[in-house]
Amino acid sequence: MSVRTLPLLFLNLGGEMLYILDQRLRAQNIPGDKARKVLNDIISTMFNQKFMEELFKPQELYSKKALRTVYDRLAHASIMRLNQASMDKLYDLMTMAFKYQVLLCPRPKDVLLVTFNHLDAIKGFIQDSPTILHQVDETFQQLTEIYGGLSAGEFQLIRQTLLIFFQDLHVRVSIFLKDKVQNSNGRFVLPVSGPLPWGTKVPGLIRTFNDKGEEVRKVEFKHGGSYVTAPKEGSFELYGDRVLKLGTNMYSVNRPVETHMSGASENLAAQTQESIAPNPLAKEELNLLARLIGGMEIKKPSGPEPGFRLNLFTTDEEEEQAALTRPEELFYEVINIQATQDQQTNEELARIMGEFEISDQPRRSASKGDDLLAMMDEL
Amino acid sequence: MFRRERSIPLRGSAAALCNNLSVLQLPVRSLTHFGVVHGPSAQLLSAAPEGVPLAQRQLQAKEGAGVSPPLITQVHWCVLPFRVLLVLTSHRGIQMYESDGSVMVYWHALDAGDASLVQAVFARGIAASGHFICVGMWSGRVLVFDIPAKGPNIVLSEELAGHQTPVTDIATEPAQGQLDCKPLENRDCVADMVTADDSGLLCVWQSGPEFKLLTRIPGFGVPCPSVQLWQGTIAAGYGNGQVRLYEASTGTLHVQIDAHARAICALDLAPEVGKLLSAAEDTFVHIWKLSRRPEGGYIEVEHCHGECVPDTQVCGARFCDPSGSSFAVTGYDLAEILRFSSM
Repeated sequence: MSVRTLPLLFLNLGGEMLYILDQRLRAQNIPGDKARKVLNDIISTMFNQKFMEELFKPQELYSKKALRTVYDRLAHASIMRLNQASMDKLYDLMTMAFKYQVLLCPRPKDVLLVTFNHLDAIKGFIQDSPTILHQVDETFQQLTEIYGGLSAGEFQLIRQTLLIFFQDLHVRVSIFLKDKVQNSNGRFVLPVSGPLPWGTKVPGLIRTFNDKGEEVRKVEFKHGGSYVTAPKEGSFELYGDRVLKLGTNMYSVNRPVETHMSGASENLAAQTQESIAPNPLAKEELNLLARLIGGMEIKKPSGPEPGFRLNLFTTDEEEEQAALTRPEELFYEVINIQATQDQQTNEELARIMGEFEISDQPRRSASKGDDLLAMMDEL
Repeated sequence: MFRRERSIPLRGSAAALCNNLSVLQLPVRSLTHFGVVHGPSAQLLSAAPEGVPLAQRQLQAKEGAGVSPPLITQVHWCVLPFRVLLVLTSHRGIQMYESDGSVMVYWHALDAGDASLVQAVFARGIAASGHFICVGMWSGRVLVFDIPAKGPNIVLSEELAGHQTPVTDIATEPAQGQLDCKPLENRDCVADMVTADDSGLLCVWQSGPEFKLLTRIPGFGVPCPSVQLWQGTIAAGYGNGQVRLYEASTGTLHVQIDAHARAICALDLAPEVGKLLSAAEDTFVHIWKLSRRPEGGYIEVEHCHGECVPDTQVCGARFCDPSGSSFAVTGYDLAEILRFSSM
């Protein structure tokens, strides 16, 4: 599908992750300076220049497994630690939130406004760090350059690509259930009222024209919904009123972050499709982004700085329980690749990559493997 | 008034594509075939009246080279004078099967050619025109395949240039329509195919040993994901929720309907009775009656029925019988085909 989707997926999921971490850090009463450090470190890693360069290259979406590895590493880019169960829950919440936002975007292009909402909020987290602020602004610029000129048709393709990525994910999220934006069967509520997409007229009118283009008849019909025209278009500038609320922070200290694990899910066959599909690079699916994150050095402050563990659940017992009872179909097989300094491992991987190279691959699909080899040569 | 009938379960949910439902009506055998794209696979199933599922089959996109399994963009039955073929388009190529999907009779690999690195490469848009099958491409080109009465000797006969952006859908005059066509001034200029693309541009063609471009109808900033052709009238559904009807031979706009609150994803025709079905991401399906005024001769539209499919982003919709008294719907993430019939 569209090869321009990964940056939007990564930035929006990252934004949701920060909302959740911020809420949990406060709920768990982590001291302010530590909490700020964690968020600063993660944001700084996310917007690292080399990382962004790689992210913005036109490429196919990563698999769900590969993308999950990226966020595992990102969440551990600082002094904070998360147990597997908490990491699973964090990822569930992130993905369901962004799935919801994509689904409810009035126009396909509005996914860019959702991204800007996330970036605006991220800038709020790092107000005191001008260097990181600058990095975020640079990314903003890049987004505008690349996406600003895309047609409605290209955004439609991006939207379809994102929805295919999120297909069959039906984790129930308490905050969504409470707000009645998700049904108890895990499906999102699609309202038939409210503001229309920018550029769409209120349904209900049939106009007939003659050969000269003059309107000769106007008939109304009952369309079944209750819509109003959008008051104004959201701003795509660096600063501006986005109008759209999707992508803004829905968590606060008083709205705890909970999930319901959807036990019996309807399409086991469909969900596990990805993990059983043969893929010669599965184990070594280097995940260039994950490797880049792993290779980044976070400056540790002088003196002992003990790390701490963040819990996405209310108690440690709950976290343990969640790990034990997680339905099998929702396992994320996290690839733990210590792809940082081991030169020998890199050479071995390069050799394996070489063995899998198919001779008459068309130019396009060879790009992933070629990039990896090139990166390894540079190390 | 329509009522919900029994749904037909699917092995995999429907993907968020447009025109994601194909129906082959076989009234002689009291069977209906359904085709839905899940992602890297498509599901075919046949059902008896009352929606009782009988047989099902899954087809995969032919791999070709590449790391990830390719995605299917569309599955569609093509009814030709002497045979029915099932066509499947993907990001790798075009696969043609016998109508039950049992045997692949033809494979055409896409040539990425001079696609830039930022362009997605795929085939999309499938229609039968006489003994040809036309398939659209990401580049805007339309491939015309010459189909023999039987056997696998399928030949690419022409490549039509008319579009600059990816083709979304292709429509041809249903066989009956050609016979009932009102007399046109210039009988030699019968518009019998229309192609649409992501920019909203429509190209109107005359089929033949060589296809001829008759006229172009420009877009207005939104894609046209779905298009139909009936008795010289083009019905086009757009990304802003509008349905527009044009005179095919001249490209003149005759009707503009503010039909939906979100992008339209599918249109279908019941040609015997002039019924049009529109479905969109706003969860609604609408049925319209098309007719030609005796004086003046231009087309008129009347709204017949609106159906809300709650909390479902519809991605495909088709009539299930020639009189348009029943229809089926697929939705993103939904692992069933919803059926409605009039009371």
